[in-house]
Amino acid sequence: MSRTHSVTLRAVLRHVLLIAGAAIMLAPFIWMISTASKPQTEVFSSELHLIPYRFALVENLREAFAKANLLRFLLNGVIVTISIFVLQVMVALPAAYALAKLRFVGRETLFALVLFGILIPPQATAIPVFLLLHKVGLLDSYAALVLPFTISVFGIFLMRQFFKTVPDDLVDAARMDGISEFGIVWRVMLPAAIPAVTAFGIFSVVAHWNDYFWPLIVLNSEQLRTPPLAVAHFRNNEAGTSYGPLMAAAMVIIAPLVIAFLFAQRRFIEGITLTGIK
Amino acid sequence: MAQIELSAIRKSFDGTDVLKGIDFRIEDGEFISLVGPSGCGKSTLLRIIAGLEPQNSGEVRIDGRPVDAIRPSARNLAMVFQSYALYPHLSTFDNIAVPLRMRRLSAIERLPLLGPLLPGRRVKERAIRADITAIAEQLDIAPLLRRKPGQLSGGQRQRVAVGRAMVREPRAFLFDEPLSNLDAKLRVHMRAELAELHRRLEATFVYVTHDQAEAMTMSSRIAVMMGGELIQAGTPAQIYNDPSDIRVAEFIGSPKINILPGRIRNDGGIDVLGTALRLACKATAGDCRVGVRPERIELGAGPFSGSVVHLENLGAEAFVHLAIEGTALRLIARLADVRHLPAMGSALAFGFPPDAVRVFDPAGKRIELRAEQAERIREPAHV
Repeated sequence: MSRTHSVTLRAVLRHVLLIAGAAIMLAPFIWMISTASKPQTEVFSSELHLIPYRFALVENLREAFAKANLLRFLLNGVIVTISIFVLQVMVALPAAYALAKLRFVGRETLFALVLFGILIPPQATAIPVFLLLHKVGLLDSYAALVLPFTISVFGIFLMRQFFKTVPDDLVDAARMDGISEFGIVWRVMLPAAIPAVTAFGIFSVVAHWNDYFWPLIVLNSEQLRTPPLAVAHFRNNEAGTSYGPLMAAAMVIIAPLVIAFLFAQRRFIEGITLTGIK
Repeated sequence: MAQIELSAIRKSFDGTDVLKGIDFRIEDGEFISLVGPSGCGKSTLLRIIAGLEPQNSGEVRIDGRPVDAIRPSARNLAMVFQSYALYPHLSTFDNIAVPLRMRRLSAIERLPLLGPLLPGRRVKERAIRADITAIAEQLDIAPLLRRKPGQLSGGQRQRVAVGRAMVREPRAFLFDEPLSNLDAKLRVHMRAELAELHRRLEATFVYVTHDQAEAMTMSSRIAVMMGGELIQAGTPAQIYNDPSDIRVAEFIGSPKINILPGRIRNDGGIDVLGTALRLACKATAGDCRVGVRPERIELGAGPFSGSVVHLENLGAEAFVHLAIEGTALRLIARLADVRHLPAMGSALAFGFPPDAVRVFDPAGKRIELRAEQAERIREPAHV
């Protein structure tokens, strides 16, 4: 009796801790939704209340879409993140295949360099890359947003680790069947690595959809702005920031990511169970 | 369909010699088994034949033509792997179709979206479908064509892998321990099926296994490999009855051949455990080892004696483990009649006929027994 009692007490404590953690994580989002639903007067009122007295979500959304071309910015975000991801996969898969399955002199050294590359923060190379793009004349374009991220060392590392688990026999069977080395990458390794590609896709898309730093330095033109820049545009030091529409815009740009993530997460779990079969 | 010749094949990985000069000739239509303990280089040799692994030196010739510079697929050999190596994302049908599509369709026709629209592809696909259906009928896998490998049992996957090999009508089939992932019962069944397949196709089969039972039951010839060398090649009966090396004698046969310490006297006579055998040889005097198969040990009478320390009754036969008197040696005898088993711990006399004896020198090489001497010894028995 006392034992079950102590166990339940533990369980309660555990849940309280987890809920507290979740609350801390969720608070900014809840606050965002709350603010997005409040009219301007309630946002600046001194009392704190979560549920607005008068719901103004629709008005805020309308203002947000009126003040900025949000759809265009969302489209920019989609173009940039998808291009980055596709190019990253096109580079990472053959590279990972070579590092995992081919034997050549200097392979371990190359892999060590890849690992070393993971340690370098993107900010460290920002200025050289910026200057390079300037010299080439690509600043303020989609290319400036996409090109610096096409080689993802993290992607190469992740895919290489996954490819290591693909049996060598499968690669040999493909060679016996007459599939070329590049053919093996796309016809054999890619289908086998769908879970890993999905996982990498989640990392990549989230990182570049939310990236604020790089678009901020390479972009000038308004029509190229990515979603985070668009939100920042609502901050206005002179006229005062209009928080209602800002939060509404933030909601809009987060929505695709949340939806995509939920969808990909399910695929992701499916993918992991798929690899259980031989 | 193909004759495969290997000459002076050498291979080393990171400084260790895996193959130390293999010379071998596989005849057209033969079922040849490469057997040996793990690490003897048999799989490496098979991969060299397939072209998946380049040799350091030596030459592989198929039908008299060197193939060393030719890619695996262009050698037109088919391989069945231990793990079957079916493409997990493709159905059985598509798995079997891969080698045909790679050979018959052009690169453009193979493109995922555009390919199926091309007119030529449709005709070729129809031919491929007909070929696969024929193979599936032969192998009894027609109902499985739509399933993915994950939904198949081990034996079914094995058949699909064989189907993928057969469909391309290769010059020779290479098998890399294809039965070792199956359970014992299925393995015995597949053994018969593969042997039958070989008879039907009349193709060259090169079969790698560490299981001497598989090699003995299926092959027309066995090549025994040890430590990167090919020690002996011959028919299963030759390998079993006439091993040229003590390692071959010990590897082939279950339970293992009994090895007893012996001595060659100055006059060429052979002593085992202090008893003179009625045999002689030309070898120089010194130590030797004497091998006798368990089924050739005769219990109940003979110059030696031991006590029963263990009995294994398998129903159809029984194995009697004897501790030889006055030594730490153990010996196994096969009893065909299980109704009269000796009691545990009982003392038994035993012996063996002279023609059951195989003598090996200290280096493990077989010593030929002198024929006329053996003949003379048998004489009293005839009278």
